[in-house]
Amino acid sequence: MHYLDYAATTPVLPEVRDVMFSILEGDFGNPSSTHTFGRKAKEAVEDARDRVAAAIGASPAEIVFTGGGTEADNLGLKGAAEKLRGSGSHIVITAFEHHAVLDTAEWLRRKGFEVTTVRVTSDGLVEPDAVASAVHRGTILVSVMAVNNEIGTIQPMAEIVTAVKAANANTVVHTDAVQALGNIPVDVHAWGVDLAAFSAHKLGGPKGVGALFVRSPVAVEPVIHGGGHERGLRSGTLNVAGIAGFGMAAEIAAKEVYEKAERVRPLRDALFEGIREQVTDVVVNGTLDQRVPGNLNICIPGAAGEILLLLLDQVGIACSSGSACQSGALDPSHVLLAIGTSRQLAEGSLRFTLGRDSTRADVDAALAALPDAVAGARKVA
Amino acid sequence: MARTKAVVAMSGGVDSSVAAALLIEQGYDVTGIMLKLWRGDEANHNSGCCNLGAAEDARRVADVLDIPFYVFNLSERFEDSVVRDFRNAYASGETPNPCVRCNQWIKFDALLDRAKAMGADILATGHYARVREHHGAYRLLRGVDARKDQSYVLWMLGQDELRHVRFPVGEMEKHETRARASELGLRTAAKPDSQEICFVRGGDVGTYIDEFVAPGARPGAIRDRDGTVVGTHRGIGHYTIGQRKGLGISLGEPVFVTAINAADNSITIGRREELAVAGMSVREASFVAEPPKSGTAVFVQHRAHGETNRGTVSAVDGGHFQIEFDRPVEAVAPGQSAAIYSAGEPDVLLGGGIIAVVHPAGRVDLLASSVS
Repeated sequence: MHYLDYAATTPVLPEVRDVMFSILEGDFGNPSSTHTFGRKAKEAVEDARDRVAAAIGASPAEIVFTGGGTEADNLGLKGAAEKLRGSGSHIVITAFEHHAVLDTAEWLRRKGFEVTTVRVTSDGLVEPDAVASAVHRGTILVSVMAVNNEIGTIQPMAEIVTAVKAANANTVVHTDAVQALGNIPVDVHAWGVDLAAFSAHKLGGPKGVGALFVRSPVAVEPVIHGGGHERGLRSGTLNVAGIAGFGMAAEIAAKEVYEKAERVRPLRDALFEGIREQVTDVVVNGTLDQRVPGNLNICIPGAAGEILLLLLDQVGIACSSGSACQSGALDPSHVLLAIGTSRQLAEGSLRFTLGRDSTRADVDAALAALPDAVAGARKVA
Repeated sequence: MARTKAVVAMSGGVDSSVAAALLIEQGYDVTGIMLKLWRGDEANHNSGCCNLGAAEDARRVADVLDIPFYVFNLSERFEDSVVRDFRNAYASGETPNPCVRCNQWIKFDALLDRAKAMGADILATGHYARVREHHGAYRLLRGVDARKDQSYVLWMLGQDELRHVRFPVGEMEKHETRARASELGLRTAAKPDSQEICFVRGGDVGTYIDEFVAPGARPGAIRDRDGTVVGTHRGIGHYTIGQRKGLGISLGEPVFVTAINAADNSITIGRREELAVAGMSVREASFVAEPPKSGTAVFVQHRAHGETNRGTVSAVDGGHFQIEFDRPVEAVAPGQSAAIYSAGEPDVLLGGGIIAVVHPAGRVDLLASSVS
């Protein structure tokens, strides 16, 4: 079996597993309790908060732990929109955001906010001026993803934030940075964003844990109410083991980011070269220049993506195509449509994402399996 | 030796679940496929099949059977073919059977293509029918369980398809299928049969027509057979030939819809005798093997789970044929399927098509009966 789907999720790092296990086994206390059991759990949480903060260039007080990246996006967008309701009702997003942002923005639109969707280039990049020109006096919130989850393109966050703030200094900027941490160096203050969403399982941490960076002194309203945990921004007894695992994963991800890129990029390039030799009319989705090192997203003209995936899976190659809905069916990717790919071509898309444990053997196995899969998938399209 | 690969179309229901289990027992290398056939609100839309709950059921069954399971998204193709045909049929005064269209254009076409692309020799579904090899050709027989038989909706299968298609539960009675599902510990064992049209919310065709079939939802005249206007209908899509309920008309005797006329958006009503049909023209004809010769005696079924009637095939020509019934038959609706079975072996399906035009039984009979 060869796993080439690191953008979907990643294997839990041994160091992460160890720290989580030690908490599950021993330090079971509730971090809100004042006794020794509670204090030990609290220590683990605060230690993790330090590590996550350090990994993204923030202060620990700017980290709110959540139940994952989607929840962090929801808290950032809904929380800021609710807080700023009095100052305006206009929100700007881009066309190729993750559904955690797209669908949250759509919900806000139904609640009375006005949402402008900014187009992206065929390279898969967001133009700072395009975002800024959508911003006006009533714009309370802008959300631009730092790294696209499907095509891996890296957005010029600092330029985008500068342009937005020049258009309206009061506009809050949120970024979905779930695919950034671990793949590129992250420094939220250098970007200048006010809010940023992160997820643990994309970088060797456990599923169901994430964080929202809330730049001090920006304020958001909570979405989940209760015991006032996380400075009132996210009530609910903390997932201590998960948070500790996230802390460990974030630290390792930040430490290894350059070294990992040096290892992964040549593998990705070898995969692309190999595919190009086999499938001469292959189309690369988005620019290869400003892209995370492990991402390769292609379209194979005349092929059905769901058959490609299935045939590759049958021979032990795990990758992805389009966006899977709840039932497991694939829809043509809204990201590919947003960068101008035709519906027909988008049906034959494949995303390979390499990560920390990827090897040349994974690449070779994928290349060996591809000709039969392409031949099969071209029969039905 | 490598085992033969089989794809089972899994709906999340008991029949396709057991079909998969039976193929595994027979030694096939089985992969389960669920078709996503409609778009939209997955979480809230609950009908007999194709919904999120069904996908979960099918996935869990596949887990229990330890077979790979995938979902194919054929929703666009389904919308462009089956749903469009459904709406067009109601708009033009016909009574469609979308399950037939789904078999014709989705399951035994698009899905069969995909199964072949996956390297499978066999595509199985949970239909109650049987495929038999007979002197080097394939035959399609009614299912063992006469009450559950679904051969009527499979008339479009020819030799090219039947070579690859199997119906494992067609060899069993329904209660045996449920018993097998229980034995296997399948969660779908006690699930009720789906009767509804999967893309029609709550099975409410009337509301669907009002919402999506504008030409079928325009009120118009109800006429008697002499053309006299006797009332107003709610839109021709709300009626089917032979319908008695919901007419809101009292002529002192039971009246039925005898004709639906899209051209002037009217429906015609009449007495029961006026439903009598002497024959019909069938379009889009397809035959399991060679087309029958004109003059061949057959059994004809003209609606799902309906009775069969004796008749004679004639004018078999390309995509058309005619049926003349031995005795007049009641309530034959254009748009429904006509399936024909061998007169000598009534379980053997010969083929079928879509009912295009019905030929009313002679006026003389009607006059005679109206005088009496």
